[in-house]
Amino acid sequence: MAITYTSGEQVEVYRFSIPATTLIPLTAVFLQAWLPLRFPFFTIFDLPLLVTIGFATARRSPLAGLLTGSVIGILQDALTHHPIGLYGISKTVVGFGASSLGIKLDVEHAGARFLLTIVFYAVHEVVYFMISRGLVGLRMAWTWPHELLSGVANAMLGVLVFMLLDRVKQRT
Amino acid sequence: MDVLGRYRNLIVLVGVLFAQVLGLAVQVRRTTDSEPTRLIRIWAVGAVTPLEKVLVWVQTSTGGVWHNYFYLRGVRAENRNLKQQIERMSLEQVRMSQDADQARRLQALLAFKEQFISRTMAAQVIGSSGSELSRSVYIDKGESDGIKPDMAVITAEGIVGKVLRVYRSTSQVLLIDDQTSGVGAILDKTRLQGILRGTPAGEVVLEKVMSDEAVPAGEMVLTSGGDGIFPKGLLVGRVTKVAPGNELFLNIRVRPAADLSKLEEVLVVTRIDERQAQPDQAGAARAVDILAERLPTVPSKPENAVKADTPAPVAPSNTSSDAKPKAVSPEASAGGAPAARKTASSPSSSPGSASATSLGTSAGTSSGNAATATGTPAMKVSPKPVKAAETPKPQPAVEDSPH
Repeated sequence: MAITYTSGEQVEVYRFSIPATTLIPLTAVFLQAWLPLRFPFFTIFDLPLLVTIGFATARRSPLAGLLTGSVIGILQDALTHHPIGLYGISKTVVGFGASSLGIKLDVEHAGARFLLTIVFYAVHEVVYFMISRGLVGLRMAWTWPHELLSGVANAMLGVLVFMLLDRVKQRT
Repeated sequence: MDVLGRYRNLIVLVGVLFAQVLGLAVQVRRTTDSEPTRLIRIWAVGAVTPLEKVLVWVQTSTGGVWHNYFYLRGVRAENRNLKQQIERMSLEQVRMSQDADQARRLQALLAFKEQFISRTMAAQVIGSSGSELSRSVYIDKGESDGIKPDMAVITAEGIVGKVLRVYRSTSQVLLIDDQTSGVGAILDKTRLQGILRGTPAGEVVLEKVMSDEAVPAGEMVLTSGGDGIFPKGLLVGRVTKVAPGNELFLNIRVRPAADLSKLEEVLVVTRIDERQAQPDQAGAARAVDILAERLPTVPSKPENAVKADTPAPVAPSNTSSDAKPKAVSPEASAGGAPAARKTASSPSSSPGSASATSLGTSAGTSSGNAATATGTPAMKVSPKPVKAAETPKPQPAVEDSPH
């Protein structure tokens, strides 16, 4: 089932077309900015994070993963009023980690993706929390129930997002 | 070289992270209000907001067609209710305008400078930051519409936030529930002042109110005007919970009057004017006269109220027309205690030096302005207080002030 150890040769590597590479992250950032106005509960989701994880695990290239995460994160930062780099650093780490793990694990199954998303959501939040408190000096509140709920919600949405990404990814 | 090739990914990761941390450190160090907007923000906003504008336009257009042409159920009943409401409010307005006139006269005496919103611009909320930790929204008005940083953003319900960054056709508004926002606020009844801040959890708290003060839940919170952004007196919200906080201050939670999670249209305050209050009618009125009108007194006798050849200072009610010269019928002055009260304070309300002197002593520097504003030869009164001794003085402390 879910997560199985595989050798690098057994894992398939995918790529995305240029329109998909540019439009999907842009759409994710756009929806993340627009949907909370209509559906306030949507702020618990982090669509750009899910896209970062999806791209990283499909490409299975740490370099591509960290660069994708970096660009998406910085784009997301640019829409907030906080200094640019908070989401950038967090998503760089997630992109690198997800793609590195994607080489070693089979993450084609929904269960594996669910767990993977929860883990990387937690990594993302911890990195963001540390940077924003330690470097920027923001007052941050860490509430376990909220983080747990957000992690599960993002994992559930992540499974759907990965299914959509499966449709546009191309085998190399 | 092998080492470099082997750890290439790790080296790139460290390099990218280091560059971002460095950039972050520079931004944190240079964060000032006068800092120009970074190009990357302009690009990001330019990429996202046009689509948001289109979507909002489509949404409002279709919603408008549906609500204005198809879904008209209950409109007649609503119209009837609204008409009744207008009638009730008209009556209320008359009463309030009288109070307002009184307030203006008092303000004129004190040379009170009031701030008022003289120009606003309606704007549509088109997007948000998309982050729980950055509570800000984007509106569809920007530099080309005359929007500038630090302008107040409000709704009919209450204040919303302030303009943080301005782009060509959009602006970013920092909401009052963001942890980096701060609004000067005052409690309506207790008149305690504090600073309104957002919390990381998105709540709004009033800080810097001493813990020995009594603040009841449900009290209204208004802007104090101390922040230089929001004019004084705008509704912020209501106190929901009061608890002892850290150190010497109370932890006061406030529920914002405006629903910050469902903002659609807002008003940007593009101009705030400051003017000195002037009474509508230029009657020479003293503070004591105005106060006396509100207090119960013993009616004076009709024969003493007005002399036959003297136009009496009429003040049966506290409307602005009271100050106009009017010959009052004996019945009117006999029946109205306010006429007697006016008479009692007549010496200082006559135009001339007496009026100026009295104002000068009671209102300090405002005397000149107030005297100018009220220096019309409106009221002729008898030179000595008629029946002043017979009328109980409602405000002896003020009346007996040294003037």
